[in-house]
Amino acid sequence: MFLASMTENNFSLKKIEISVSEAEKRTGRNAMNMQETYTAYLIETRSVEHNDGQSVLTDSLWRRYSEFELLRNYLLVYYPHIVVPPLPEKRAEFVWHKLSADNMDPDFVERRRIGLENFLLRVASHPILCRDKIFYLFLTQEGNWKETVNETGFQLKADSRLKALNATFRVKNPDKRFIELKHYSDELQSVISHLLRVRARVADRLYGVYKVHGNYGRVFSEWSAIEKEMGDGLQSAGHHMDVYASSIDDILEDEEHYADQLKEYLFYAEALRAVCRKHELMQYDLEMAAQDLASKKQQCEELATGTVRTFSLKGMTTKLFGQETPEQREARIKMLEEQIKEGEQQLKSKNLEGREFVRNAWADIERFKEQKNHDLKEALISYAVMQISMCKKGIQVWTNAKECFSKM
Amino acid sequence: MEGECRASQARSWGLPAGGAGGDSPGGDAPLPGSISSSSLLQAEVLDLDEDEDDLEVFSKDASLMDMNSFSPLMPTSPLSMINQVKFEDEPDLKDLFITVDEPESHVTTIETFITYRIITKTSRGEFDSSEFEVRRRYQDFLWLKEKLEEAHPTLIIPPLPEKFIVKGMVERFNDDFIETRRKALHKFLNRIADHPTLTFNEDFKIFLTAQALEFSSHKKQGPGLLSRMGQSVRAVALSMRGVKSRPEEFMEMNNFIEIFSQKINLIDKISQRIYKEEREYLDEMKEYGPIHILWSASEEDLADTLKSVASCIDKCCKATEKRMSGFSEALLPVVHEYVLYSEMLMAVMKRRDQIQAELDSKVEALTSKKADTDLLTEEIGKLEDKVECANNALKADWERWKQNMQNDIKSAFTNMAEENILYYEQCLATWESFLTSQTDLHLEEASEDKL
Repeated sequence: MFLASMTENNFSLKKIEISVSEAEKRTGRNAMNMQETYTAYLIETRSVEHNDGQSVLTDSLWRRYSEFELLRNYLLVYYPHIVVPPLPEKRAEFVWHKLSADNMDPDFVERRRIGLENFLLRVASHPILCRDKIFYLFLTQEGNWKETVNETGFQLKADSRLKALNATFRVKNPDKRFIELKHYSDELQSVISHLLRVRARVADRLYGVYKVHGNYGRVFSEWSAIEKEMGDGLQSAGHHMDVYASSIDDILEDEEHYADQLKEYLFYAEALRAVCRKHELMQYDLEMAAQDLASKKQQCEELATGTVRTFSLKGMTTKLFGQETPEQREARIKMLEEQIKEGEQQLKSKNLEGREFVRNAWADIERFKEQKNHDLKEALISYAVMQISMCKKGIQVWTNAKECFSKM
Repeated sequence: MEGECRASQARSWGLPAGGAGGDSPGGDAPLPGSISSSSLLQAEVLDLDEDEDDLEVFSKDASLMDMNSFSPLMPTSPLSMINQVKFEDEPDLKDLFITVDEPESHVTTIETFITYRIITKTSRGEFDSSEFEVRRRYQDFLWLKEKLEEAHPTLIIPPLPEKFIVKGMVERFNDDFIETRRKALHKFLNRIADHPTLTFNEDFKIFLTAQALEFSSHKKQGPGLLSRMGQSVRAVALSMRGVKSRPEEFMEMNNFIEIFSQKINLIDKISQRIYKEEREYLDEMKEYGPIHILWSASEEDLADTLKSVASCIDKCCKATEKRMSGFSEALLPVVHEYVLYSEMLMAVMKRRDQIQAELDSKVEALTSKKADTDLLTEEIGKLEDKVECANNALKADWERWKQNMQNDIKSAFTNMAEENILYYEQCLATWESFLTSQTDLHLEEASEDKL
């Protein structure tokens, strides 16, 4: 499985192993001084000695889900060109009837523990993200970490949602590849959600089929009491029906892990979109700056030549209140020329920034694509393995039952 | 068994007990019934029961029918008895083949109904021809069943499919309903044909062979509606009495029937529920596969894998459909038939109890010296024979029924297990071949990378 390949990685020239090994229910007081119950997760970091491959526990601390969220939000702001790994879902979604939608449910907590560990492993194995100081502190500094993150002021640096939305609508010339990527991520999200929804329904129905067979067990047993020759056969066949009915629990639990693997990529789609949005924002910014520069140049030209080709407030007021003096005009031209110089420099650097962003982002996207193809293929193969195991169990149970029936 | 009946019959006609029974295969060992009937013969005869005319069905002549159903008027002959015994010993020598098919809708101004074509092929001498084709409707089957029950009150008559199905029926004549009914009617007639006694019933023969006019005129004969109604009122009263004096073995039988009925009903419900759940599972699976195809449209590297998964799911759907149809053909009708059988068995027990109760009430009348002692004694004698015949008929048929039930249940469930094994084997093969194809690709890609 894909997790196996990420247990070891290079980190600040040290080889380490990370695990989220335990989950614990805690009670505490929240920001409004009201009592709340939450789950805390134990993160253990081990450094691996080269020589003997033995690992030594170097750090161990407890974190709750909200702290993971904080870490991720920080990474999103500081690495906008990276497809940042997603967190496991906050609330249980795509549940089928037996699964609980309760966040405190032990099965949900267990699956979340695995998801959080997966998140940390993904970050730790990312060539760029693994070097981040805040991430390092997340693993090593229990107290004060929250304050440290907030001191970076990353919340202020975050792009406003409104700005991003505006840019998305108004950008004229985004890189075509990002348009395609956005389109792809929308499709991926839609198709995986659909898949997960139907899978949950299939699981529900399969559960029903298996469990109803359990009733045979009970009735066969009662019936066997009045039968002389058929009795033994009925009784033992009934036992196998019970075995069949209870086998579905493990089968479906395994399938939940498959569903979680798909869910990770469902959430990855959002991470892809975030990178696209950043590009659109930068591109829009660039376009706006270029537009501004062009209009300033034009103004300058008009002032210099005296022709008014475009409407301007200055031109209007000049008409109404009289011409300005040559000195005033000179001053204005000079100011504009300075602004133009500044603007050209800014445009140059913005252009450079934009191109660098596109280059870096696209490199990470290629890396992501490879990872995605590999992981999803493995997931689909693991699904087949699960089906095979289910079929083998079925064959065994029904063969046993058939033997009992034929002995009746 | 028949031998014993005949012997006691001979007794009631005044012949010596051991005489006529010598050449019968039943042996000379006295049955418990015969001991009690002889002790009853000593009792005094009392007044005639005035309702006796209603009991023409239970007359001495009718008890003749228990053993030999050629016609109510023909006297029993040893030869015909031997023929019958022979038939029982060689059940595979089938000489009557019946099929029920071709349901057809008939519309008249008053009603719409369905008729079924019944084809009979036989080598039996008593049939005028070797092949017959008639058309019958459900009502006609009901008539036949009632006639058989009249003629053989303590034999286990095969059950008819229900008149209506209460739940979930939109219209009476949808295709599934008609097909299920046709199969059940086919079973019904064949079970009668296989029954050692019922197969020779005259009404059965007429049902299979008579053309429309002859058949409808024959149906009109027989006890009228009023007498039948009168019968059933009396019957209820009698059956209440009969339960108290039920012999041990019939108590056991009754106990079995009660529990069996409970269990088979539960199994029927469970089986129907399984079918329903499987149907819903299939519906969801049918939606599940195509989503993978949809997904493959936006992928490059993953497209082939996704399409393969979709095709595997599709194959599993087909396997599920096959499993479901096997289930609905092999298991569901059998279980349901036995649900109806259990109702039939309870009716048979009641009728046996009734016959017993008749005797008991006459005996009571005798002991309280209310009526003509001689007449009562004669009647009691006849009734004792009747009770003995009825009990023996039921006992023998019961053993036969149990044997059949065991075989039917065993084969139905074995079948179900086989269908499930086949289903899982098919799905296993599908997913295993997917796995091989994927790992082969892996190896291919890996070797490509190395180049």
